[in-house]
Amino acid sequence: MNEAASVRPPVVPGEIAVRGVSKSYGAKRFRKEVVRECSFTIERSKLTVMVGPSGCGKSTLIRLLAGFEAPTTGTVMLDGQPIAGPDRDRLVLFQETALFPWMTTWDNILYGPRARGELSRETRDFAEFLLAKVGLQDFRDKYPGQLSGGMQRRAELARAMINNPKVMILDEPFRGLDAMTKELMWEYYSRLYEENRRTNFFVTTDIDEAVFLADRMLVMSNIPTQVRAVIDVDLPRPRRLADLVESDRANDIKKQALSILHAEAMRSFSRGSKAAADFVEAYLKRARRG
Amino acid sequence: MRARLGKMASNRTFWRGLASIAIFLVLWEIGSRSEQWMAADIFAPLRDLVRAMGFRKDYLPWVGAVPAPSAVLASWLEVVDDPSYWQSWYMSLFRVMAGFIAAMLIGIPFGLALAMSRTAYGIGFPAFEVLRPIPPLAWVPASIIFWPTQELAIAFITFLGAFYTIVINVLGGARSIDARYFQAAQSMGASRWDIFRRIVLPGTLPSIVVGAAVGMGITWEVVVAAEMISGGGSQIGGTSGGGLGFFIWNSYIGGSYEQIVVGMISIGIAGYASSELLRWGGRYVTPWLKVR
Repeated sequence: MNEAASVRPPVVPGEIAVRGVSKSYGAKRFRKEVVRECSFTIERSKLTVMVGPSGCGKSTLIRLLAGFEAPTTGTVMLDGQPIAGPDRDRLVLFQETALFPWMTTWDNILYGPRARGELSRETRDFAEFLLAKVGLQDFRDKYPGQLSGGMQRRAELARAMINNPKVMILDEPFRGLDAMTKELMWEYYSRLYEENRRTNFFVTTDIDEAVFLADRMLVMSNIPTQVRAVIDVDLPRPRRLADLVESDRANDIKKQALSILHAEAMRSFSRGSKAAADFVEAYLKRARRG
Repeated sequence: MRARLGKMASNRTFWRGLASIAIFLVLWEIGSRSEQWMAADIFAPLRDLVRAMGFRKDYLPWVGAVPAPSAVLASWLEVVDDPSYWQSWYMSLFRVMAGFIAAMLIGIPFGLALAMSRTAYGIGFPAFEVLRPIPPLAWVPASIIFWPTQELAIAFITFLGAFYTIVINVLGGARSIDARYFQAAQSMGASRWDIFRRIVLPGTLPSIVVGAAVGMGITWEVVVAAEMISGGGSQIGGTSGGGLGFFIWNSYIGGSYEQIVVGMISIGIAGYASSELLRWGGRYVTPWLKVR
């Protein structure tokens, strides 16, 4: 482990500031606003989880953070510098696997250094170390199609980490995994984070996932996206699923987030329908009564 | 254990294939011999029925006129010794390969250019789409006039047969590469050239293989027709150098119906062999597809 430690380049966590960002698509008359006046900070060395109803524009926000698209108004800054286009200091793990199907696990992991012409003994050693870290030594020469869902996610984590980004952005990375694998991946991923304390931005629709992983939780509104609430998740680390299930604090946080999300979901459900609006009204009244 | 199971399965498919061909041959033999068999008195009512349906002959005419497989085999054994028969094989194969390779060499870069550059697409695609619906055989008279030799004219027509299919497949394949691959590569710092070489090319490869396999099939269809229409290319008048299409046409003129069928089956075998070769090559260059 000592020898391996010398291989690892030091983690330099970054901080992303989103200031008054809006994003709309379409021409004048058919303009659709997806993100409205959104401001938040992805704090240095923290694991920030954004949780919101599905289809609320979280993925759009991620494209803005990654630099694949530019915001209509407002700025996104990394360590005080406005971002311009995609870069290795902000790497994205996409919803479903984006491993290149025509490359083996090993070639996938080495893609970044190879593309930048930085292939050296050190990067190879680092790749070897990461391969072991994600437990895929026996699968180094397999293609992504031969890996299970959980292995693919781990290979992708390794492929991102070899570039030593300042911020990791994860867009519902564990969606579509079965319940068992998902919980294993939560524990695995949070251990990974606890080891290096890189700045992580994790987007999900799953409230349990959010509470388990987060240092800070951003609860989002429906489209157009805004931050409804910021909740500090002050649960002790390292976290284990077994501890969390019994923790009252975790349950409180979950309830708090859920009530906000629930109101949001109801509001969007009732939009444009008098009957649904009445239903929601009655529901909220009853909920308030206790 | 798995290897053995695989072997058994492949054996089973092998035997099934053999049975399929055998049944086909037996039915064919029965059909072509029906002329003699139907002459017997027991079949008189059937003959009347057939006649009542409007057929003028005493047998089932649509299969009875075809030479029996046994006769075809005999005729085949005769021509196997004839070098001009093998010359026909060689000529057709040569033309197919010339047209096909030219179509690959021009079609793949052209299709990639259309997919990668908006300018290339804007300039190239409309003209391509206007020319594409013209069947290659409609080009026969024009290309005989344009090209200095018949040989080039035939090769050009076979080229056209494969070209459109390959371009359309490459274009479609390159465009359907998931945008996330580009985004992932971009954010890891890949240059445009690197994205082309390591994302676009391998991502398009499966479509190139499909396009090549389909194009190869069309090439064989086209070459035979081109040879028939143009009168066999460089050496008009003899079966030597005419290709398999001209071999069939010549047999028809000469009234040797068995040889027509020999020519047809030869083309079937040639087409199958070249497609199989392509499939094998395709599996070799896209190893990640076979593992699913």
